[in-house]
Amino acid sequence: MGYPHPSHARETVVLSQYFGDAGARSYDGWIKRGGYEGLKKALGMTPEAIIEEIKASGLRGRGGAGFPTGLKWSFMPKNDGKAHYLCCNADESEPGTFKDREIMRWTPHALIEGCALASYAIAAETCYIYIRGEFTEPWKVMETAVAEAYAAGAIGANAFGSGQRIDIVLHRGAGAYICGEETALMNSLEGKRGNPRIKPPFPAAAGLFGLPTTINNVETLVAAPHILMRGAAWYKALCKGNPKSTGTKLISVCGHVQRPGNYEITMGTPMKDLIYDMCGGMRPGRTLKAVIPGGSSVPIMTPGEVDTCIMDYEGVVAAGSMLGSGGMIVMDDTTDLVYQIMRLARFYAHESCAQCTQCREGTAWTTRILERILSGAGKPSDLDLLLDLADNMTGTTICVLSDSCAAPVVSGIHKFRGDFEAYLSGKRKPSLAGV
Amino acid sequence: MNPKTVPGGPAGATPASPGHDAKYEPVFVGPIKARLDALFPKYPTRQACLLPALWMVQEARGWVPDGGIDEVARVLELTPAYVRGVLTFYTMYHQHPVGRHFIQVCTTSPCNMGGAEEVVKALLRETGCKELGATSPDGRFTVIETECLGACGFVTPLLVNDDFLENVTPERVPGLLQSYK
Amino acid sequence: MSSDLVNLTIDGYPISVPKGTTVIEAAKQAGVLVPHYCYHPSLPSPAVCRMCLIEVEKAPKLLPACVTTVAEGQVVHTDSERARKARTGVLELLLINHPLDCPICDQSGECELQDYVFQEGQPATRYSEYPKRFNPVEDFGPDVLYVPNRCILCTRCVRFMGDVAGDDVLNVSERGDRAYIGIDPSQPLDHAWAGNVVDLCPVGSLLSKDFLHKARVWDLDHTASVCTGCSQGCNTTIDTRDNIVVRIRPRANLEVNRHFICDTGRMHYRWMNRGDRIDAPLVQDGSRTMATDWDTALGKLAGLVGKAAGSTVILASAGASTESLGLVRRLVSGAATAAVRIPEGAEAPLAGIPNLALRKERAPNGDGARMLGYSTDWKAALKAAGAATLVIILDLDLTEVEQASIGGAKAVVVFGTLESQALDHAALVLPVTNTAEEEGSFVNRDLRVQRYHQARSAPGMARPAWWIAAEAIALAGTGARAPGSADAAFALLAETVAGLGGLSYSSIGLTGAKAEQGTTAGATQ
Repeated sequence: MGYPHPSHARETVVLSQYFGDAGARSYDGWIKRGGYEGLKKALGMTPEAIIEEIKASGLRGRGGAGFPTGLKWSFMPKNDGKAHYLCCNADESEPGTFKDREIMRWTPHALIEGCALASYAIAAETCYIYIRGEFTEPWKVMETAVAEAYAAGAIGANAFGSGQRIDIVLHRGAGAYICGEETALMNSLEGKRGNPRIKPPFPAAAGLFGLPTTINNVETLVAAPHILMRGAAWYKALCKGNPKSTGTKLISVCGHVQRPGNYEITMGTPMKDLIYDMCGGMRPGRTLKAVIPGGSSVPIMTPGEVDTCIMDYEGVVAAGSMLGSGGMIVMDDTTDLVYQIMRLARFYAHESCAQCTQCREGTAWTTRILERILSGAGKPSDLDLLLDLADNMTGTTICVLSDSCAAPVVSGIHKFRGDFEAYLSGKRKPSLAGV
Repeated sequence: MNPKTVPGGPAGATPASPGHDAKYEPVFVGPIKARLDALFPKYPTRQACLLPALWMVQEARGWVPDGGIDEVARVLELTPAYVRGVLTFYTMYHQHPVGRHFIQVCTTSPCNMGGAEEVVKALLRETGCKELGATSPDGRFTVIETECLGACGFVTPLLVNDDFLENVTPERVPGLLQSYK
Repeated sequence: MSSDLVNLTIDGYPISVPKGTTVIEAAKQAGVLVPHYCYHPSLPSPAVCRMCLIEVEKAPKLLPACVTTVAEGQVVHTDSERARKARTGVLELLLINHPLDCPICDQSGECELQDYVFQEGQPATRYSEYPKRFNPVEDFGPDVLYVPNRCILCTRCVRFMGDVAGDDVLNVSERGDRAYIGIDPSQPLDHAWAGNVVDLCPVGSLLSKDFLHKARVWDLDHTASVCTGCSQGCNTTIDTRDNIVVRIRPRANLEVNRHFICDTGRMHYRWMNRGDRIDAPLVQDGSRTMATDWDTALGKLAGLVGKAAGSTVILASAGASTESLGLVRRLVSGAATAAVRIPEGAEAPLAGIPNLALRKERAPNGDGARMLGYSTDWKAALKAAGAATLVIILDLDLTEVEQASIGGAKAVVVFGTLESQALDHAALVLPVTNTAEEEGSFVNRDLRVQRYHQARSAPGMARPAWWIAAEAIALAGTGARAPGSADAAFALLAETVAGLGGLSYSSIGLTGAKAEQGTTAGATQ
């Protein structure tokens, strides 16, 4: 539902049904709402059957990359005699994205259920839920819920009397966006700097503590019990004609819309319906200027692109951007786009782990060029410089943080060049003091 | 134009005197030690408890002093240099003492667009902190800008110690500060 | 062709390399150096500098050559437009915060940043008018300074200390462009092998205090040598400036020391430059000691040795070359006591490399001496010397106690390097070269025979001890022709010395060859 607003008729409420319902937080409350039935059902199935069901549903990773979840689970080695791990990525830090936070705040047991189910499916010894350090409230809610789940026997030595051992451990981050990158998260969990690792090896071969590991986003794991309960066919049908993108997706909408919030849509919903109808459109007297649809790391879209965009993995790519984590930043005509792009570049410069040269130096330099343009001291050659720098920063590093910094810059210059030129020509007054 | 120099880095991060604060009181005794000991069985390595251990030091001391780095290193069988490298990677660990109430304001794009800069100004004005990162003269507050707090639909979010506050406007600032003495 | 070989093409050169080889190493074999900073063959590869990005046909992205393994039929382009643009881009980014202080930087001339920028960097910066990152110089430890402004965060130093030395005293601190190499103030960089971080640093960020502003590296001459610090026999390069040894650095030998030497070995060179040298043969003439010419001195030596019926004792340094130990031993025909003195110290291993340590036996050629029949029973040899007809001392500074214990000897001949009052009692003093001044070989603890080359000229009339001994033997009329070179001296020994059989200077080469334990003289391998 469009939390904090009432559910909109065009939403398809599955994961967000109990957002805002404090009664759903407790174990008993969750059981009353039909909770843990998906896990119980799963514990009666073989891991292979669970993985097949998830595969058949078409569920794809909700953290941003959109990798098929069932396939990912099937990569885990079988009977290899090694410990396996499940990591739940609850390090939600992508600007514009705030859906996992709500899942954990309102329906902690849904996440525990999803984690337990996946742990069983991949034969994980332990599931670690890595929660970003700033999420103090979700942490407290999750801490209580995990204790309740152990006490009730839903997880622990003998989950729901199945004889299956399921352990869930909460791990708190300490302020690093990059730990949302899966291998950086594993390093962080191991007590290291959150540096992304080179792949291969992939986590299913050598992940957390060097052992086979699956890592899934909160929203992905929460969807799994629903799929087992209602069947892959039901989930697969939740789309608008594109069988590659199925199910519901939580879209966090923020910025200049009337009703920012989390909206759960069926894959394939038109973007303009989401913005202009569900979110109530722009503020009075304002028009849409730009949208960053998938968290801050994806290309910026123009109103024209928004109008034709279908919200699923392929649809947003076709419209010139990416669905990413589903964090949508909406900007109206009052927005100084150059300033906002600088602000994003500064974010990436702040969060770069410092490993790769292009990212460490490039994100900071990009920020400085943008700051200079905003201060009125930009040079005509700065836009070409920004584009060339962005080219050097794209596809050349271990992870995609560097690419993420480049994406808004490149798309911003290509699609909104006039905004930059207004600063360069002096038509627009400086909005930053000299740097 | 002469390039300015950008200060910071090693000189700021490394204490002037060799050897650490002799007055440091160990954190990992009694109940805190028991909490850490209870964590060890949950991980295959002691090192994995580094972030939790640093959190415990910060909870107990308000920041992570050099003595805390040494102690964590000793308890987890790591070197102080290693601990320091990890500590400085994560922005939530305080490498210096801070005010009794530590306020983090999100100013990343979505919040910036929603007026976070005005909230920052109001916070500085109302707390008496002269600048970002500085502690108010009464030792009560430290205000910093932080990157995305992950509540972009609730502009502007603040983290005051462990309290997460949403939809903060400049007008609300004086009132909400009153509950932090 | 064997099935564990992989065939690929690098820049048009077809090559076959063992499965699992990285592209960067395969390229070396094809004669192609892929520019790199963070990669080092003796360290784990983090692939962070992104300098070695190469284009592999059919791969969508550029790949780091340091962690990409070869595949059958792979077609690699290290110099395609994309690869070059990526490298130029990295170089530009590395330079934006790098000071333009090459004129005062010790690394200048052997700086990989300088080299690659000259090779393919941009002619001018586009990072004008912005401040450069500034951090003050830090004292990391006894011999290491850190200049953070020059640092390119390749992390070789951090990985060396953590992964090879097993002592995590360096870290990367902070993140983004604020990052720097950090240390804890309570724990200086004083590991026994710490100095290697200076060699590993591809730029002038980690500096040796010992070498600080001592010489411009383009003024240095480099000579392949072997460390004299212990029985490990690490391969080294002696760097000289105008005939003065100014620095010792490791020389790669994967079988002995990989790319490393310990700090004890690194600092063990000042003795090579000492000025208080014996530079002419000295003979005892009644109450006077007189300098003389070689003909006279050699004649006297032959005479003393020939007359020495009864017991002769040789007291030698285990730092002398195999050639000198061998031929000095041959001066005395028949039975004689010969022994070496081997100083000892605490062992200091380099944890991450098997069989590499600063050894307890603090001399380079103890095993060469043993092979040549020298005893290590120093006490017994000293005792015997006290009653000997002739005592021959080879390149040793005897302590006062030792000096006193040989007081009963009828005659003393000294093959020596340094002036000393003890020489006053010697019947004959022969000036010899030190390790830096001669060519020779040592046998290390694993019986690996390794050659060292002459790095500086010998003072005055000093000659290698083997030459002096050989000339005296020839004079004594044995009919043997004295060898004229170290090579020939070694060949002479190899004819009869068990273990050296089959070896020659050419087969030993620059990285040594294993002596065969127990082989008979003259046997070929």
